[in-house]
Formats: sequence, structure tokens, C-alpha cells
Amino acid sequence: MEQVVIIGAGHAGVQCAASLREGGFSGAITMVAEEEHLPYQRPPLSKDHLGEAPTPLPLRGETFYGDNAVELLSGLTATRIDRDRHEVLLSDGRALPYSALVLATGAQARWLPGVDENHPGVHQIRTLGDAEKLRAALAAAGRAVVVGAGFLGLEFAAVARKKGLDVTVLEGGPRVLGRSVSPEMSAHLATAHEATGIRLRLGEGLASIEFRDHEVEAVVGASGAVYPADLVLLAVGANPRDDLAREAGLEVADGILVDAHLRTSDPAILAIGDCARLSSPAEGSPGRLESVQNATDQARHAAELILGGVEPFGAVPWFWSYQGALRLQIAGVRGPEDATVTIGDVDAGKFSVLSFREGRLTCVESLNRPADHLAARRLLAGDRLPTPGDVAAPDFQLKKFAAGLTPVSD
Amino acid sequence: MPTVVFHHPDTPPDVVEADAGTSLMRAAVQRGVRGIVGECGGQAMCATCHVYVHPEYLESLEPIGEDEDEMLEDTAAPRLDNSRLGCQVPLDDALPEIHVDVPQTQV
Repeated sequence: MEQVVIIGAGHAGVQCAASLREGGFSGAITMVAEEEHLPYQRPPLSKDHLGEAPTPLPLRGETFYGDNAVELLSGLTATRIDRDRHEVLLSDGRALPYSALVLATGAQARWLPGVDENHPGVHQIRTLGDAEKLRAALAAAGRAVVVGAGFLGLEFAAVARKKGLDVTVLEGGPRVLGRSVSPEMSAHLATAHEATGIRLRLGEGLASIEFRDHEVEAVVGASGAVYPADLVLLAVGANPRDDLAREAGLEVADGILVDAHLRTSDPAILAIGDCARLSSPAEGSPGRLESVQNATDQARHAAELILGGVEPFGAVPWFWSYQGALRLQIAGVRGPEDATVTIGDVDAGKFSVLSFREGRLTCVESLNRPADHLAARRLLAGDRLPTPGDVAAPDFQLKKFAAGLTPVSD
Repeated sequence: MPTVVFHHPDTPPDVVEADAGTSLMRAAVQRGVRGIVGECGGQAMCATCHVYVHPEYLESLEPIGEDEDEMLEDTAAPRLDNSRLGCQVPLDDALPEIHVDVPQTQV
């Protein structure tokens, strides 16, 4: 009998199990989940979970696993892959045989050298446990320092500020969300966050964290400036969890390398989601993405492949983030040198920034413009893209342009 | 405690006793109602919690917001006059019971 083993129970792992069953897979499915909780959604951890809706949102209800004959092994880790015997060894000593193995191990928060990871005043957000610890700390803290102005750091900063904390964000780079959005969107978001009272310190790194009587007292910046703090959040990115693959001799390079079908260097083993890196990504794409869309689309693809599919993986990447009251949605991936055109009403905080590489649309960042975002997703999936000339027309609308693609039925 | 009845195309309905203050999507996902995915966690970003609200309950709901309206343009099953996103439908004791149809597909 065919036996699929899935390591990891985040969005990618759970979607893969669901898609296998929806596709008619009749073999055994076993999921190895490190955490004891029913597999849950991580994106709310830095948003709703810190505010009014602290209940974790399961990826699927408890009955899903039994109803779909998905064996969920919680609280266990995979310690080794024996590729010759087609077996995964678990932390309880068990060996799980597989005909196909799916690595959906995700990513882990990056720490900074010299920082005490176990100190109760120093936080990260990756797991439900992290978020619960942080929520409790937020209730007691007056001053928060966030290290890193990426999506996670800024989402948290907005939540903390809304709760009335004094918030300072240190960012080593020259602008917020520097690796993720255009300079125009960066500037707008920085201004919006500062208008709520958040202090942004750009070009400022972390030198050390000062403690007194086991409490966090201050963060010392690389510039020597001292930022008083009761609570420190490190939000400086994540590293793919690729150790298990590396130790098994699979090809790894800041992520588990996969081909266009999401196969690793061992064809019986696939890798999906945050932990996987396409070895030959499309031009301009980084090859490894950390997003719900990428996790679930790759999971669906992996399931199709196991069920006999032959198409290579392809999907338009999209992302979202709530930056306080601002709703940021991104379709596509921009390169650092891409030219930009802004459409909409910047002063009203409802606009989109379109990026172009050699005249070809690569990415649309929309702020409080959901119609633009959806149109962009449809457009980027096709070949008929607006040019910088089209976009510059005074009456240009992405939604209207995208509607031109829809075949008219009679 | 509001009661939500999820009607499926081919199988018996799911009857869910929901906590007041939750959303229709959360109530469905917590209880494992088939056909309600909620992939984005309730942010009106993914349109995978699309439901058709039985017409007699439509008037009791908050009107459709701009974000929800745009997302409903992009659902996998066709949008009808009674389409809503489950994540944007709060449940409270003012609405003791609601019936919805779950579409054939969400993705």
C-alpha cells in the first residue's frame, strides 16, 4: 500500500493531507506534528491573537483527521530520514515507512548572536506558545522595543501601540519592509506608523539588551543610543528548517532545494512551503517564499504529483498584512531595481504601486484597494499585462483592464 | 448560543452551536464543517469561506463591507445575491439561528 508521511503540520502539511484525500488518494497518510496543539493557523498570532481573539484557529477541525484517515502524531519530531530503507525515524524511537515523503517543516525565527533566547523579557513570534507568552507580557509592559521592521515586527508594533504602549522599532536597513515592498510603499507605511506615535529608528541595529534584576531594562542600539524597554520583540526574519534534509544528504541551500515539480534531490521526497527553495526559480523570484498562499498552493501541487500529476508547479505569489488599520496586499514579486508607477489616491491612503521590469509588470502592492489586488492576481496569472504606458493613462483602472481578459459569453 | 445550520449539496447538514462573538467561519472551522476552509484566518483575503445565506436571515446581518464585496467577486463558486464570506458574519445572541448553504467548491 502507498504510504505518505508528511513532516510538519502547518498550512502546507495539513493542506497536502487534505488535497491527497480530495484527490482520491487511498493509501495511508501520517503527519508528524512537533507541537501538541491541534494544528493551527500561524498568521493570526501576530494580529488577532494579541488582541481580542485569543482562541487559536485550527487549520481543520478535530474531526477532520479521523474522518479522512489522516494519522496525526502530535508532540513528536522526526529525528532522521533513512533514505535507503524509505523510513522516517521519530523521537519516540518509532520508524515510519514511506512510499512518498513530504517535508513541510517550515521556518524558525532568526535569533541574534549574544541574545539570551530563554530570557522571559525577550520574545519572538512563531508558535502559539510564543504568542501566548507575548500577550501576557504585553498586558504588563509599558515600553516595547521591536528589532526589525518587516511584516511581523510592524504588525506587532501596531498592535502594541494600539494597546497604549510606548513603541520603538529599530531597523538596520534604510527603510521599513525594505526586502518586501517598493520605496513608495515603504515611505507611506513609515509615515502612517509614525503618525500613530510609533518611533522608527532606521539604520539602527541591535548592540545588546540590558537587564536589571532579571528584567529587561533597555536595548542598546548599534549607534550607542539607549532605548528603555520592558519588552523586546526580535523580528529579524526566519530561517528555513532544513537540517533534517541536510543530514539525510539532500541538496540544501538556505532551504531544501526542489525542482520545478517540488521534488528534492531524492525523487521519493518532496519539500513544500517555507522550507523549500526552487533550484531554478522564474526570473526575479527568490525561489523561497514564506506565505500562506505559497504553502497551500505548493501543498496542492505536491498532492497532485503524488497522485500522478505531471505539470510543473506554477502560481502567482500573493501576500497580505494588516499594518494597524492599513490593509496591505501584494501580488507578484518585485525586484529591487524595478521601476514603479503609483495609481489611486495616495493622500487618502488608497492606492497601488505597480512595479515593472523592462516594461513588464512584476508586482502590484495595494493599500486599502482590494479590487486592484484581485485584478492584479488575475492579470499576473495570464499573459496580457498592462504596460507602463497603459497605466499612465488618467482613467486607467486595473479592474477594468483585467475584465478585458474575461471571455464574453453570448 | 447561536445555532448555525450548514447545508451541504449531497450530505446531511451540520448543526453547530457556536459561541457568541465568534464568526460563522470560525464556528465552522472549529467544528470541522466540510467545505469551509478559511485559509487566511478570517482576514477577508482568500474567499474560501463563501456561503449562501438563506434569504430569510439576510436582513439580520450587517451589510457587506467594501473588502468583502471585492473578495466575493473572486469566489470559486458563483456569487449570488445571498453570497457572504463566513469570516465577515459575526454570530451573537441577537441572531439565535441561521441557515446557510455551503458551495460545491471553495478553491
